[in-house]
Amino acid sequence: MEFIKPGINIDFIGKRNIAFFISGALIVATFLLLLWRGGPNYGVDFTGGVLIQVKLAHKHSPGEIKKALVPIQLQDSIIQEFGEKGQAEYLIRVRKTDINLTGLSDKVRAALIAVFGQGVEIRRVEMVGPKVGRDLRQKALFAIFYAILFIAIYISGRFELKWLMSIIMAVSLSVVVYVASSFGVSVTWLILIALAVTLGLCWFLKLRYALGAIFALIHDVTITVGAFSLTDREISLAIIAAFLTIVGYSLNDTIIVFDRIRENVKRFKRRPFVEVMNQSINETLSRTVLTSSTTLFVVLALFVLGGGVIHDFAFAMLVGIVVGTYSSIYVASPILLIWEGKSTGKPSRK
Amino acid sequence: MSKRLTWRLGIIAVCILGALLYLVPSLSKNLPPWWSSFLPTEKVHLGLDLQGGMHLVLEVEAIKAVESNIERVVEELKHDLRKNRFRYQDLKRIGTDGMALTLLREDDRSPFREMFEANYPDFELKELPGQPGKPSFELVLRHKAREHIMKMAVEQALETIRNRVDQFGVSEPDIRPQGKNRILVQLPGIKDPDRAKKLIGKTALLEFKLVDEDHSVEEALKGNIPPGDEILYQVAYDPKTGGRRKIPYLLKKRALLTGQYITDARVQIDPQYNEPYVTLSFDRRGARLFEKITGENIKKRLAIVLDNKVNSAPVIQDKISGGRAQITGRFTMEEARDLAIVLRAGALPAPVKILEERTVGPSLGRDSIHKGLVSMVVGGVVVVIFMAIYYALAGVIADVALLLNILFIMAGLAFFGATLTLPGIAGIILTIGMSVDANVLIFERIREEVRLGKTPRTAIDAGYAKALVTILDANITTLIAALVLFQFGTGPVRGFAVTLSIGIISSLFTAIFVTRVIFDYLYLERRMKRLSV
Repeated sequence: MEFIKPGINIDFIGKRNIAFFISGALIVATFLLLLWRGGPNYGVDFTGGVLIQVKLAHKHSPGEIKKALVPIQLQDSIIQEFGEKGQAEYLIRVRKTDINLTGLSDKVRAALIAVFGQGVEIRRVEMVGPKVGRDLRQKALFAIFYAILFIAIYISGRFELKWLMSIIMAVSLSVVVYVASSFGVSVTWLILIALAVTLGLCWFLKLRYALGAIFALIHDVTITVGAFSLTDREISLAIIAAFLTIVGYSLNDTIIVFDRIRENVKRFKRRPFVEVMNQSINETLSRTVLTSSTTLFVVLALFVLGGGVIHDFAFAMLVGIVVGTYSSIYVASPILLIWEGKSTGKPSRK
Repeated sequence: MSKRLTWRLGIIAVCILGALLYLVPSLSKNLPPWWSSFLPTEKVHLGLDLQGGMHLVLEVEAIKAVESNIERVVEELKHDLRKNRFRYQDLKRIGTDGMALTLLREDDRSPFREMFEANYPDFELKELPGQPGKPSFELVLRHKAREHIMKMAVEQALETIRNRVDQFGVSEPDIRPQGKNRILVQLPGIKDPDRAKKLIGKTALLEFKLVDEDHSVEEALKGNIPPGDEILYQVAYDPKTGGRRKIPYLLKKRALLTGQYITDARVQIDPQYNEPYVTLSFDRRGARLFEKITGENIKKRLAIVLDNKVNSAPVIQDKISGGRAQITGRFTMEEARDLAIVLRAGALPAPVKILEERTVGPSLGRDSIHKGLVSMVVGGVVVVIFMAIYYALAGVIADVALLLNILFIMAGLAFFGATLTLPGIAGIILTIGMSVDANVLIFERIREEVRLGKTPRTAIDAGYAKALVTILDANITTLIAALVLFQFGTGPVRGFAVTLSIGIISSLFTAIFVTRVIFDYLYLERRMKRLSV
């Protein structure tokens, strides 16, 4: 059986301007959305606060639940329906962190029983103090950053045999981060600076495979964040794990295309680079479609059947896989063309 | 069969056997005794999000230990000053830095210095330009001593909490230090999280203090607290209104006796009112002290203070010897039991604060496992069927590799004593989707080679050889992401990183090595002519 016929030849690279436009639009939309919403919607893991998951005997509107919480001064909390339809499960989120947490879940249970009667079950409590929230946010950002850095080093080393260059990059980046952090720059800015420096160094040192791969994965994670913002989902610790997995997955895809390009560049030295790239993408297309669909299948199963706790995680993976597949074809590869002179049309050799 | 093939089959057989052996302890509850004598007994642990339980991160407010330590030294120094007949105007603690002292005679300056430096090596003596004839000093706690106090406070808090949890009775608790002054507490399967939290977080500092009956409480409440006194409250339930009342007490600040001399604390039932109370037994030194205190203060009131709240203030009727005391109050049976536990386990050297709490009820955990398994089976079956249809015989071979892969991941979790969490299950599901990738890459290459007109054997050889580099590159980058995740993550996220890493490594083995052996067996050994890819 075959989905993609051998000898298929779609002009992917020729349509790169359309792709750039779509990607650009999505990224700009993400930034606008984030500006409008005032940043990503961080969960209690990062902001600090309390999240309580309760199960009631019957359905009630969030407004009723809010009213029930008035006697214990939690009327400012956000109430959200949770889990499958037909189940009376709710999330109660409290952003306040100065409240006394000992016995809070007991108080919530008592307040709900007083209004709705028996059958109130506290299923989950997550409380994160503001200090821990800040720590976790830093750790998460650094994790994403280090993942990108190590991957850049590996790709440059593997694909262009420029281990020295990539080590130079790592060292200079560490210096930048060290200097910036000694000036007391906030972590978010630190990471943004570091990412800009990484991209700049890749550009300057002509590490084009690394540049393409990193660009693609920043693209993927940004758009996934945008999708989260659009659907009003919260970014929790587990979602950061999903982002890092998307990073890994997006690279997986990109590298397979790059590998073929590298191989074909050696084989067809005389043919224009654009043509070689198109051929490589077409040759790997069957695999790209197959693997993406099997992965998509399982993640879809998780999304539909996995239950509320893992729902957002699966959503992140779904978006990430779709965007990651698209970006390895339309974003990562065209970036390799950056140093191609408009005239020669051949891969530049060093 | 060729020798090389036999070898490789042997390796696979050993791996499968090993994996099965490592899985048995997780699957069966009762292992025969001969099993544990030489076979693995490690189990796949379920994370708190799957089995239910409580995860706490506590911060020891170690600076409070420094404070109380200096407070204690102040009392000690006062005693020494009196003993050496140094007259002083003022001695007090300044924050958490040290003490300030003003003497009344110029002649005492150097003898005091000598005495102090000989007896208080933890403090640095600085002379201040005070009034003439009144030497004043700043006695600063040295940095090293302060660090030591804080470190000891955290260690002691850890030990105390461990004792309390042990006595509370939780199976497989995990209590360990985290960072400089944090303690991580994990209590799987706990049923009453609020009670456990109260038990762990209680400072449980028990003090016996005399009630100051020479001065009136009313005066003190207006702000005229006599020197050396303090006001503490007793919280009492008013049986008529059902509300709570706070009764103020004027107490001598100095504690005559503290809980550190307690050797045992037990719950007893008062037969008259059928109410539980707690009896304390002191060690020999504590018993002597208690006898002396009660003997010297007959007909006075002695307040029993727990964490700065007055528990009761009975009148001392007679000298009490034998080293026993009792704490009464309107306890429920549970409260009395928990009080006995904390008194037995000892006080925390400094208060602790809950920084992070995650509690998952057991029913939610069960739901999560169930739903995770269902989505795993559904996703897995779809992929297995799909591969078999798309690649025919080769697809079936890839499916065998996939099933082995899941077996190896589970065994790997048991082998490393890793914890399976809900994101961990997601990691396995993801691996199911991604591990066929290696086989897809190989099979697509083989198809390309077949199209070039190669024989099955050379097509297989070339397909594996060419795909190998790509597969390694692609998986190493994912492995990098997983390892970074492991390094930074806690709890569930770490579980995800672990399953992902184990999954990547084992999928490399099954998708490359195992499938190759099967192919070789079919096309070298059985000499199959048609290549079914």
